Amino acid sequence: MSYSAELDVRVTDSSLRDGSHAIRHQFTVENVRTIVASLDEAGVPVIEVTHGDGLGGSSFNYGFSAVPDQDLIATAVATAKQAKIAFLMLPGLGITDDIRQAADNGAAVCRIATHCTEADISIQHFKVARSIGLETVGFLMMAHSQPPEVLAKQARIMADAGAQCVYVVDSAGSLIMDGVSDRIAALVAALGDDAQVGFHGHENLGLGVANSILAARAGAKQIDGSTRRFGAGAGNTPVEAFAAVTERLGIKTGIDTLKIIDAAEDVVSPVLTNPPALDRLSLTMGYAGVYSSFLKHAEIQARKYGVSGAEILIEAGRRKLVGGQEDQLIEIAVGLAKRK
Amino acid sequence: MTKATAAIVGSGNIGTDLMYKLLRSDIIEPRWMIGVDPDSPGLKRAADHGLTASAEGVDWLLSNGQPDLVFEATSAYVHRENAPRYRQLGIQAVDLTPAAIGPAVVPAVNLGAHVDELNVSLITCGGQATIPIVYAVSRVVPVEYAEIVASVASPSAGPGTRANIDEFTKATARGLETIGGAERGKAIIILNPAEPPMLMQDTIFCAIPPDADRDAITASVKQIAADVAAYVPGYRLRTEPQFDDPTTMSGAGASKHWARVAVFVEVEGAGDFLPPYSGNLDIMTAAATRVGEGFATRILAERA
Repeated sequence: MSYSAELDVRVTDSSLRDGSHAIRHQFTVENVRTIVASLDEAGVPVIEVTHGDGLGGSSFNYGFSAVPDQDLIATAVATAKQAKIAFLMLPGLGITDDIRQAADNGAAVCRIATHCTEADISIQHFKVARSIGLETVGFLMMAHSQPPEVLAKQARIMADAGAQCVYVVDSAGSLIMDGVSDRIAALVAALGDDAQVGFHGHENLGLGVANSILAARAGAKQIDGSTRRFGAGAGNTPVEAFAAVTERLGIKTGIDTLKIIDAAEDVVSPVLTNPPALDRLSLTMGYAGVYSSFLKHAEIQARKYGVSGAEILIEAGRRKLVGGQEDQLIEIAVGLAKRK
Repeated sequence: MTKATAAIVGSGNIGTDLMYKLLRSDIIEPRWMIGVDPDSPGLKRAADHGLTASAEGVDWLLSNGQPDLVFEATSAYVHRENAPRYRQLGIQAVDLTPAAIGPAVVPAVNLGAHVDELNVSLITCGGQATIPIVYAVSRVVPVEYAEIVASVASPSAGPGTRANIDEFTKATARGLETIGGAERGKAIIILNPAEPPMLMQDTIFCAIPPDADRDAITASVKQIAADVAAYVPGYRLRTEPQFDDPTTMSGAGASKHWARVAVFVEVEGAGDFLPPYSGNLDIMTAAATRVGEGFATRILAERA
């Protein structure tokens, strides 16, 4: 079973969405134009463009966008010749009006993300997205924090609401090998022909490519990556490496390996002034199971209050914070500073 | 001393928690509990506490009694049906649903202006917890933009909230503007499934001028937190207000860079019926009680 007659798995490049975290949401129209053009030329089938925290993410809590999301989406749509443009939204943060506007701007794929136990808050959004003809993808974030059977039940809620694919999203970069296979297999079994299954990996434990291959072998039909690992934490599965590995393994992605290697080196890398690294903080996130997007926020608060960024992240893990609770890192830093 | 009489319409968790609060009131007598399901444990509990309980809905209530006040804890849909009937009979209604028919009220800010209204809305739990803080900042300096993040324990977010989360964010954002005094408001809600469940936590960010009097803002915030705590005992600041200078990224748009104050509150429920972590529900029933007492004070004064 393949994604389609031409593709075994379909890759979505998230450099212009997850990568937004890595440059604190300062993408310019020009960045989007050049990156979309090069990924499109390399045959990447879907390119995601949004603030790192999705539509409506531009805020004090997550960081303000330099350019409004909808302008960047419109630019991407105008630039891409073959790739579909996707966007992300988180219920509770963005609203259905945002989805309609993105569709009006020509986006084709609506990706709706919730914490992996809260799928039922996305039902109204999936219904709207389907009703206006968008392709839909559900994101179960922080998937390491729940066992396969819980994720499968939550995936069923999204599929019933209208998701055509549900992703196991390793937001903390914390899943290890079999942990991916087991979760993907559980979703595949639960969803059957009703919806596909996808995997979104992070590099916080250095396992993005390996985990993604295991996901594909367990039945995932859609895989996320970011060129040059352009994503939160230690970044995402590098698309150029994934293309090379899948080609060697005989898994068809439709991506031209040499062209994506060039795009990564010549077009994406120059935009990445501060490339994601597998360093103390991002490794701590994978190790402690902390939401990757917290990285830059922890760095900022550590600097402001003169405390350890690693300690902020470990406390965030201890409190079991979920994606979206960036505000709590400030309060944690204030507390650590007081105790010093 | 005589009391104003009240009916609670909606015998679920919220209605039951509200009943316990009203039973302690010196000026409100909760006399009726109205539901639609004869097997509702809320009706049984109300009867055990001496209320007249009926499963025959608002029809029964309005033909068998004339309360001074109605507290509605059903759903937006049901309240829209019921509200005109209360109005016709001159019964003052406190709306705990998201129906938003009457003016929005946050007791610590604008109750005084609305004690004559026949219908008032309590907006959302996030609004009750955060609007007072925005108001406290905006009475010191102009607030161009206010943003709140409400973190709520998963088990205390009911099916209504989950099915209509857009309505929560939109209604709360509107309240930040109309009552809080911000030029533009944004609300974010996060559900957290951690065990044991977390207390309701809210963070309030306000854009402030770079030269704002920060001590005056802090004093104003502490004052309003005390005002809210007078009717929601578990409402408290988690830490001192935190200030940030403008940066090249702190604003919407390339030219506008805001300084910022961040205020951190948490709400521990009184545990009357709902568990203490459900501060989001407690602040609604506590605010409803406070609004009802504002109404009752006026009613009793007119009778005296």
